[in-house]
Amino acid sequence: MSATAAAVHSLWTTRALADTAATPAIPTPHIEYAQLSPVLIVFGAAVLGVLIEAFAPRAARYAGQLAVSVVGLAAAFAALVALAADGYAQGRSHVAAMGAVAVDGPALFLQGTIVLIALVATFTFAERRLDPVAHGNRVDSFAAQGSAVPGGEQEQKAVRAGFTTTEVFPLLLFAVAGMMIFPAADDLLTLFVSLEVFSLPLYLLCALARRRRLMSQEASVKYFLLGAFSSAILLFGIALLYGYAGTVSYGGIADVVDGTAKLTPALANTTGNDALLLIGGAMVVMGLLFKVAAVPFHMWTPDVYQGAPTPVTGFMAAAVKVAAFGALLRLLYVVLPGMRWDWRPVMWGVAIVTMVVGAIIAVTQTDVKRLLAYSSIAHAGFLLTGVIAVSPSGVSSVLFYLVAYSFVTLGGFAVVTLVRDAGGEATHLSKWAGLGRRSPLLAAVFAVFLLSFAGIPLTAGFSGKFAVFKAAAQGGAVPLVVVGVISSAIAAFFYIRVIVMMFFQEPQPQGPTVAIPSPLTSTAIALGVAVTLVLGVAPQYFLDLAGKAGVFVR
Amino acid sequence: MHLAYPAVLAVLLFCVGLYGVLARRNAILVLMSVELMLNAVNLNLVAFDVWLRDTLHAGQALTLFTITIAAAEIGIGLAIVLLVHRNRGTSDVDQLTDLADTGTEPGPVHFGGPGSASIAPGTDNPDETTADQALPARGQTA
Repeated sequence: MSATAAAVHSLWTTRALADTAATPAIPTPHIEYAQLSPVLIVFGAAVLGVLIEAFAPRAARYAGQLAVSVVGLAAAFAALVALAADGYAQGRSHVAAMGAVAVDGPALFLQGTIVLIALVATFTFAERRLDPVAHGNRVDSFAAQGSAVPGGEQEQKAVRAGFTTTEVFPLLLFAVAGMMIFPAADDLLTLFVSLEVFSLPLYLLCALARRRRLMSQEASVKYFLLGAFSSAILLFGIALLYGYAGTVSYGGIADVVDGTAKLTPALANTTGNDALLLIGGAMVVMGLLFKVAAVPFHMWTPDVYQGAPTPVTGFMAAAVKVAAFGALLRLLYVVLPGMRWDWRPVMWGVAIVTMVVGAIIAVTQTDVKRLLAYSSIAHAGFLLTGVIAVSPSGVSSVLFYLVAYSFVTLGGFAVVTLVRDAGGEATHLSKWAGLGRRSPLLAAVFAVFLLSFAGIPLTAGFSGKFAVFKAAAQGGAVPLVVVGVISSAIAAFFYIRVIVMMFFQEPQPQGPTVAIPSPLTSTAIALGVAVTLVLGVAPQYFLDLAGKAGVFVR
Repeated sequence: MHLAYPAVLAVLLFCVGLYGVLARRNAILVLMSVELMLNAVNLNLVAFDVWLRDTLHAGQALTLFTITIAAAEIGIGLAIVLLVHRNRGTSDVDQLTDLADTGTEPGPVHFGGPGSASIAPGTDNPDETTADQALPARGQTA
């Protein structure tokens, strides 16, 4: 009793003499700024964006924000390439910032992917030619004033004055910076902080649609409540893992799981308690599975994807999935490889349910955005099959799949923004009937994206699925691959149904029109098509790149 | 004091929060329940920190981060819930049914709350494309 009391008191008192020698010296923290420069550049650009919002005149903000975002993201990408060229992706990979952030192959690869996604998303955010001109001002997809009541007096004033929500650019950049840290986080504290840093801006972005604002706000509420709920669960898991291992660093926890850590008396009291490890690990994985939209935790996905402004949906669907899969891979491969016999059966179940449910429910959808949302759930299942193959080829195949999937998704949602009628985007599938007759080019581009989602050969989707299934089969998960192929076939049905609808049905007399986009959205769509075809026809270079990047540092 | 006492208390608090999130309909109460869950985590972290005699006090540091982030989160959450309340006159999460897997039907029931008559109908109704323009400026007085 007295010993514990002394321990408690030592929190706010120090003993005078002898015992201080027992306390290990705490080194001064040192931060490798150069190796963290990609993230720091994006954060800097975001802060600059906030300053522009505060001080620049309203007319200059749009151009300024766009310039800052594009330059910042391009500079971050250049810094990432420089780091990779310096060998940080392979030989020199290590853990920077006092064990908080890993600089290794998967981290750099995923950060590069996220930055490129964000660059393309910036273009779709900045698109101003799609909506009709309001009071002589070109408008984008975002509300004139987010706080104003739709249709209210304040809103009308804001529209008349030509206000636009240029805050979306700094919000995007903050989210991107958080997403860049998320897959690189090397302790649980950084994991949680970066999770919130990228989630909070996304909650706001969801609520800012210009059209159908009530739906947009509803999507935001749902995303926020479920997101906060899931991050609380993740955090409780973090607390339990900390209690189990006595440290929050990934390497330290892995050592305790493997039994190679030096046993301290305090640790001996808790490490015997596998309940802490199992429950804690399960809760952390649950939090991450929520973010990747795997099936028991997918409820928010269709609602949020449908309600959010379409450029935001495209960005979320692509970038959140990349970041969250990166974090999930690192957690399962670095922290919990010692208990893979415990988590693999569970992930088997989750992957099977995710693939099957995602594919089957998508068949019944009548809204393009919901359809793409369920398709993204099914894709999360395919990605999980790669995660389950606990092997280097599992990592590299998931990395490759994420690149292939994210650019196709961005392009697909960019196409959705172009098909419009009087009320904004015409997302109901029945309105897309006969689109191929009216605007063959757009329909053909969308067909390419759908074929890639379905995994037809010569598209990126096929290469990705092939890589993932191959890794899973080599890892001994053949039944999983069989289920994956069957659900791919189910999924192909509804993708091809949309293609048939576009090309072989008569156009409706009052059907939607296709807006002529500015070069911004055209670039996004063209990039999507280019990536789809290049990764489909000649994937080898990128497979090699992902293969080289596929080793985690510990 | 043995670790079990604070740990069990934290689990109980967490479960109260969990129950609140699942059972409450008012978005504000759901937010409060989430806060309860986060505070259970704080309690847990501090208890583990003391129990493990962590020289770097990672648990306490994490607690400080959690408190800060919870404050940021609740700020954004309240802003969003307030926005919805001003537009719809209700912050009842059960009535947020515009987005749902109901096909072409509008949301099934609208309870007789203040101003519920003009809640925008379902999403897939092709005639109802300008819900935000058609909505009266009710929120100005709310």
